[in-house]
Amino acid sequence: MEQLLVMLGVFVGSLALGYLLISKVPQLLHTPLMSMTNAISAVTLLGGLLIFAGAGSASEYVLGAIALVTASFNVLGGFAITDRMLRFFRKR
Amino acid sequence: MDFLHHWLFDAGIVLLLFVGIGLFRSPRTARSGNWAAAAALALAILIVLLRHEVSFLVAVAAALALGGGLGLLAAVKVTMLQIPAMVAFQHGMGGVAAFLISSVELWRGSQHGLSALGEVSGLAGLAIGAATFSGSIIASGKLIGWMKPQPRLLPRHGVLTVVTIALVVAIAVITSLLTGVGLLICLAATVLISVGLGVVVSIRIGGADMPVLISFLNATAGFAAAFCGVILGSHLLVACGATVAASGSILTHVMCKAMNRNIFRVFLGFAAGTKANWMLKEPPRDQPQEAQADDGETPPTTPPEAPADPFELALEYCQHAERIIVVPGYGMAVAQAQGQVVTLANHMMDQGKQVSYAIHPVAGRMPGHMNVLLAEADVDYDLLREMDDVNPEFREIDLVLVVGACDVVNPAAISVEGTPISGMPILKAHEAKHVIVCNLDERPGYSGVPNPLYHSPNTVLLLGDAKETLTRLTDSLKAA
Repeated sequence: MEQLLVMLGVFVGSLALGYLLISKVPQLLHTPLMSMTNAISAVTLLGGLLIFAGAGSASEYVLGAIALVTASFNVLGGFAITDRMLRFFRKR
Repeated sequence: MDFLHHWLFDAGIVLLLFVGIGLFRSPRTARSGNWAAAAALALAILIVLLRHEVSFLVAVAAALALGGGLGLLAAVKVTMLQIPAMVAFQHGMGGVAAFLISSVELWRGSQHGLSALGEVSGLAGLAIGAATFSGSIIASGKLIGWMKPQPRLLPRHGVLTVVTIALVVAIAVITSLLTGVGLLICLAATVLISVGLGVVVSIRIGGADMPVLISFLNATAGFAAAFCGVILGSHLLVACGATVAASGSILTHVMCKAMNRNIFRVFLGFAAGTKANWMLKEPPRDQPQEAQADDGETPPTTPPEAPADPFELALEYCQHAERIIVVPGYGMAVAQAQGQVVTLANHMMDQGKQVSYAIHPVAGRMPGHMNVLLAEADVDYDLLREMDDVNPEFREIDLVLVVGACDVVNPAAISVEGTPISGMPILKAHEAKHVIVCNLDERPGYSGVPNPLYHSPNTVLLLGDAKETLTRLTDSLKAA
């Protein structure tokens, strides 16, 4: 029960704070915003690491490795693309 | 004490992440915001590596290097026109990670006990992750042109969608009751049906509706990550996932509002079939001025000695206009005419004219896409203006230059009832003194509603390749 409340608290708190901050982002930057949040959503990479932190079978590790590949593709690619886009936004 | 440390570190990382998103308020600071968020994620990874004994470090490092390397390669190679396809593909990769991790954790949990909360979130992460994966791959395929971009409607598509959702829930409930081989089979079945759900939802969406789909997938990728975090017991993952979910939901809402669409109508389409009604009500094409008359503005001011050649007329408008607004649409990006548009605009600015760009929220194939395309073409971001900000000014504008846009400047959205775009907010180009339309042809836009603006006496149509037309226009202006 305590676990449920803590998780719910973290979830709702982040959702609300995220909502407040993101509604202030101008439409001008919505594409880089989505590209960056997409990189953030690949924080599932932590989950991939945690699979390797516990004892498990070979097939579990294989699935974990695939998750690590796709998540790291997202993290590095996402932040790099966002940076590339944001460099275009400048004053002449 | 250790517990407190964990909390403090996690809270610090989330705070850094929020600072990063906060910096996206302005294009001046957004770049540092992106780096702040990247630093937050790097710290999170570091902390997990320090807190836990990760085995097979070489294999882990190899997997990270492979994925990261491919990600960087893609980031360097992708063009700005391909960005929506790339982002959609990345949503899909996030979905894969979420459903793989959830399935491993569910399997492990079944062996040494899992709380009911963990079970439910694991199954949610599994189903949402798998559906996000397939939905994103379809979206990406449509955007890059490997699949037909048109919506594909199956018979009773709305009902099919609902039934598939019910099926996913049912099989997930069964899965939660099983252990051993039965569990494995049901996990695989849940993944498969969820993949089917992603396909069913995304094939029916196409063209100008893509921004809604891509934003929605952004949100589901966030939810999948958050649920994954609950089963792992990681507050950090839950916080990050929820933030992304908030962002995707906001963008979905903005896109739906900008098209006057209801999200349920986009994805379930129960209200489809109204097309026949507005087809009947639509005003005859030979007297489209009637639709315009409602606005009560801008009496036709065609100069009596107007040259018959539309190009000459357009040239004259360009020469005499003092205040100009450019309305770019996706057609401009497809024709790769950004450079020519900017050259013409810059030339007019050099002559002392006032030029800005009006960007409709759904111009392009993802939220804000048009801004990126124009920023890449070296347009000062201060000249890129949002619809609500620029709309009151159209009455005082001498010339609107529409390039590759149709629905977003279609006054039928205001004046004709019952069309798919009725009530959709538009850029009020029709209120300006003159309009030049540089489109490939006169065909209606994605909505299929004919655009009366094309036949207004104030409008000059320059049909054909926008690149050529604009180059010719710029050259003639320079020569004059």
